[in-house]
Amino acid sequence: MDHRPQAWGRPRDDVYGAYDASYLRSTGPKTATQAPVVTGTSVIAIKFKDGVVMAADNLASYGSLARFTDVKRLRPFLGTSVVGFGGDVSDMQFLDRHLNELAIDEAYEHETTASVSGPAPPGQLNAANLHKYLSKLMYRRRSDFDPLWNQILVAGFDSDKKPFLASVDLRGTAFTSPSLATGFGAMLAQPIMRRYAATEEDAARLSREEAVKVVKECMKVLFYRDARSLDRYSIAVVTKDGVELNEDEQLESQSWAFAERIRGYGTQTV
Amino acid sequence: MAMFSQNPLLNGPNYSFNDGPISNAPEGARQHRFDPYTDNGGSTLAIAGADFTVMAGDTRLTSGYSINSRHHPKLFKIGGTTSDQKDANIVLSVVGFAADGEALKERLDAICKMYRYRHGKPMSVKACAQRLSTILYQKRFFPYYAYAILGGLDEEGKGAVYSYDPVGSYEREQCRAGGAAASLIMPFLDNQVNFKNQYIPNSGEGHALQERERRPLTRDEVEMLVKDAFDGAVERHIEVGDGLQMMVITKDGIEEVLLPLKKD
Repeated sequence: MDHRPQAWGRPRDDVYGAYDASYLRSTGPKTATQAPVVTGTSVIAIKFKDGVVMAADNLASYGSLARFTDVKRLRPFLGTSVVGFGGDVSDMQFLDRHLNELAIDEAYEHETTASVSGPAPPGQLNAANLHKYLSKLMYRRRSDFDPLWNQILVAGFDSDKKPFLASVDLRGTAFTSPSLATGFGAMLAQPIMRRYAATEEDAARLSREEAVKVVKECMKVLFYRDARSLDRYSIAVVTKDGVELNEDEQLESQSWAFAERIRGYGTQTV
Repeated sequence: MAMFSQNPLLNGPNYSFNDGPISNAPEGARQHRFDPYTDNGGSTLAIAGADFTVMAGDTRLTSGYSINSRHHPKLFKIGGTTSDQKDANIVLSVVGFAADGEALKERLDAICKMYRYRHGKPMSVKACAQRLSTILYQKRFFPYYAYAILGGLDEEGKGAVYSYDPVGSYEREQCRAGGAAASLIMPFLDNQVNFKNQYIPNSGEGHALQERERRPLTRDEVEMLVKDAFDGAVERHIEVGDGLQMMVITKDGIEEVLLPLKKD
């Protein structure tokens, strides 16, 4: 009989062997996220005349396994901004919950007052404010050596009511540009988008239809070449009227004819 | 723990409380460590004149071989009373890790604003320079990875340039280049601003050679030097380009110009 209550009701060591408690690890140094696990690939976005278009596919990969195929990686905020997440999906979900709280607080603080031009957005945080908030949050987390493993794009409008698009990554590096892309998109989609919106002036001349067309074309290029991508994607258009978000877009008119001409790797011997 | 074990044969842990070994990583396993720093490229430059200071920096932001942004300013007006900083009289340039640069700028700006409210006058460049050094050294063991240059006019109205390393060592200089192309620009500046290795022809042999007499450069000359320095850096360094942001600090305030650079 073991007289110590801690040992009662537990598998006996002399029968089952000692319990391997190493995985519990409550002592020793604190270990934070050291690597992303379930990940989302590129997010792309481009500014146009009166808003911003953003897109990201609906895939969450577990390494090279296409694990979840219906993940929404674009998230509207207060009906006036869109946040797109690349990188770790659990960190994205944490941020999503956090932004939900923020949106609720914001909606309570500034009650909706309908104006002539239509219903006012609940709250006053615009995309520029939100981006500043997220970049401070990300920088703080990296300084604590507990980073949120994401690359984030924020789209919407700034305080001057001009289209706004900016990025922040896991180290808190924040920047803006007429078009932005994370991950593989920075290599594959960004050059295509820069053909249409190299400068702010170019972006201010781009129509909504053109911008959507360019983004869809870029999603196709990404699906052709990015092995961790999917042909189902979400696309969001932010204008002064609000956010139009379609989370079940299908890639159209694919042509894999180019694949036959690829030589140098794969199964062919020539 | 083991000395109270029910089973004397097992000398390991008995219970499911944790007292196991800290590391359970297999032999030779690679552990991914988070690196909190990156280098975002870019270059900065500052030259002090007799009654003005010129600060300059390119506007490219890179990570690796990618250009993140073609317009990301590295020059910031510091210590104004409003958010547009139109009554500021000090300029800070930061290059290195962009997120740390941004954090450093916000810290210094907040401190200069507090000084203004407490003392009812703007901070002198000398005081601001010492404070910036302290801010940097306070993070000595987790440094801001940023090369800062502070520019303004001193108490006598002369141009002042203070340059820093990431942990706060600083000195007042006539001119300084910082960042990715610093090693390309600095020798050019030594020769053209401080007239290093320039001698009066036929003034003697060997050590008897007389150095060319130093004189303060005019504002036009300095602006020309800055443009030439950056055109040269853009040609030979891939992380420098897109745009040149230049600020000229005089007793009348700060003038800002934006010029195009090669975008390749």
